[in-house]
Amino acid sequence: MKLLEYEAKEILKARGIPVPPNGGVIKTTAGLAAAMKRAGKAPWVLKAQVLAGGRGKAGGIKLAKTPKEAKELAKAMIGMDLITHQTHGHALKVKELLIEGGVKIEREIYLSVVMDRRAAAPAIIASAQGGMEIETLAAERPDAIIRMTVDPDTGLPDFQARRLAFALRVPADRVRAFSKVAQSLVRAFLDLDCSMLEINPLVLTPTGVVALDAKVVTDDNASFRHADLAAKPDHEASALEKEAKKADISYVGLDGNIGCMVNGAGLAMGTMDTIALAGGSPANFLDVGGGANEERVTKALNIILKDKKVKAVLVNIFGGIVKCDMIAAGVVAALKKIKLKVPLVVRLQGTNVEQGREILAKSGIPLIQADDLWDAAQKAVQAAR
Amino acid sequence: MAIILDKDSKIVVQGFTGSQGTFHARQCIEYGTQIVAGVTPGRGGSAHLDRPVFDTVYDAVRATGAFVSLIFVPAPFAADAIMEAVDAGCSTVLCITEGIPVLDMARVKRFIARAESSGREITLVGPNCPGVITPGQCKAGIMPGYIHKPGSIGVVSRSGTLTYEAVDQLTKRGLGQSTVVGIGGDPINGSSFTDILAKFEADPDTEAVVMIGEIGGSAEEEAARFFKEKMSKPVYGFIAGKAAPEGRRMGHAGAIVEGGSGTHASKIKAMREAGITVVENLSEIGDTVAKSRRPLAA
Repeated sequence: MKLLEYEAKEILKARGIPVPPNGGVIKTTAGLAAAMKRAGKAPWVLKAQVLAGGRGKAGGIKLAKTPKEAKELAKAMIGMDLITHQTHGHALKVKELLIEGGVKIEREIYLSVVMDRRAAAPAIIASAQGGMEIETLAAERPDAIIRMTVDPDTGLPDFQARRLAFALRVPADRVRAFSKVAQSLVRAFLDLDCSMLEINPLVLTPTGVVALDAKVVTDDNASFRHADLAAKPDHEASALEKEAKKADISYVGLDGNIGCMVNGAGLAMGTMDTIALAGGSPANFLDVGGGANEERVTKALNIILKDKKVKAVLVNIFGGIVKCDMIAAGVVAALKKIKLKVPLVVRLQGTNVEQGREILAKSGIPLIQADDLWDAAQKAVQAAR
Repeated sequence: MAIILDKDSKIVVQGFTGSQGTFHARQCIEYGTQIVAGVTPGRGGSAHLDRPVFDTVYDAVRATGAFVSLIFVPAPFAADAIMEAVDAGCSTVLCITEGIPVLDMARVKRFIARAESSGREITLVGPNCPGVITPGQCKAGIMPGYIHKPGSIGVVSRSGTLTYEAVDQLTKRGLGQSTVVGIGGDPINGSSFTDILAKFEADPDTEAVVMIGEIGGSAEEEAARFFKEKMSKPVYGFIAGKAAPEGRRMGHAGAIVEGGSGTHASKIKAMREAGITVVENLSEIGDTVAKSRRPLAA
């Protein structure tokens, strides 16, 4: 799960990592004056709380020198549609602003901990060239990036933190402060089961270091041991995605118009690809799961059909442990409860496929049966036109 | 011969008496797999599916000579179960469990590396995978046995149902499989594509390999490099996730494109440049292999 900046900073602050003077989060301009007071003296920074990098360039981070300027900016920013280079053309509605006090910046550093899949261990990624997107930096100045593998059982020992500080040319009088931040960051990564923890930039001030921005992504698989994190609202998931998650269905909404219900994540992706290859566009990723029964099939179909963009539905099931006749019965039962207004293409294969097809054929429900995946994709694309 | 498993593989099932363990162990036994023992802490001394149950893997291995462990233990306890199997002396560990925290797997990998530094060779397959099947000899996992057929095509994949789809296409075109390996959809797993390709290359029963990858990570790119440098047998590759948007996790914890890396395009490019036959249309895996295998069979 991805956390918003202010949530990420709460985590950092609780672990002794210095953050800018915090005025709190506001949803309307009514709370602005109090927030500015809490953040201290001018200038103030107004930061749009959305899950995307590149906010500054897109107008989502503004500096206000006077209360009047702050009020005008806040008015313009709350409710604005933010499009950054990371939102892929989609606009994110700004619902909350974080109000912070200004920080005296001497230099900016990039510091993050990520899960390194190849090394099968966490790794620190750092650069003396902070403030830039790390992807840009990796492309343009790969030599400016420092990489260090972290032992998940040891954390970051003092010597490793010092080595990092000197490699980043942190001035000697702030090496201790920097090391403490780096060690706390690694500790937080390990304690909270993160898949990414990023401070960009970590700024050197005349007297220490401050985390100016923060990004936290946690490992969903570990949420069973982090009740506090699991209780936080999921800012990225849409209403439909949340509904699916509650039903233990893996669903991701997309831009297209062909709804998909598939068993297995790989086959679900493969089905999306096949639809695209046939000239169509998938409306969602949906893995109904290995233990798909009538109830889950009904729930999944419901979720797919709630997406108003959907012009046709493709059900692709490879019956292994899940039996095709059971899925077919589930589809039929579901369609007795749901009024189907769009064409439905069903492709069944695997265990008990003949019985499954017969159940569908005898049901009297107007659906289109397909023999193989390619046939199904073509029929769905045609039906959606 | 095949790889990883054959008819002589003696298997202990961890999480044997749970609903998943019971259901799938029974199907494995019906397939003819030598499930010789089960482990459920606290149930030692009893019997389940006509097999002895032990409290620890250590006891099960000592009593039955099992050297392969098949794990159905729930995610919060699965990493511990893998380490228990390794510690008890199992040389092959197949972990079916989905949803193990990534950090737990990082610790498991270090645990296995320590065990291997004393000269042992350990093969971990999974987690979050369908398991391994050597058709006609041994099925250890959750795949439907009947779609497989003994033969000479090795299959390795990150996804379960996508593997069934590919295997079904192969079998329907008369192409049997030497061994089918699901390496799992997690960001950190036991065996990589490269590990399994190396085994297939060394296996006299395997003539060609179908490799089914997906977006996220760089395992397919590394496998392509391995293929170019070390392999003589043909490999057919498919990558799922071309239509997936960046930054969103597609079901599998490992299937996410981050910061422009792990993309469909980069994997296809690496495979093509290495000389792997790339299959773009999922429905054409069987046909593509059949077409290029026919001259050899004639």
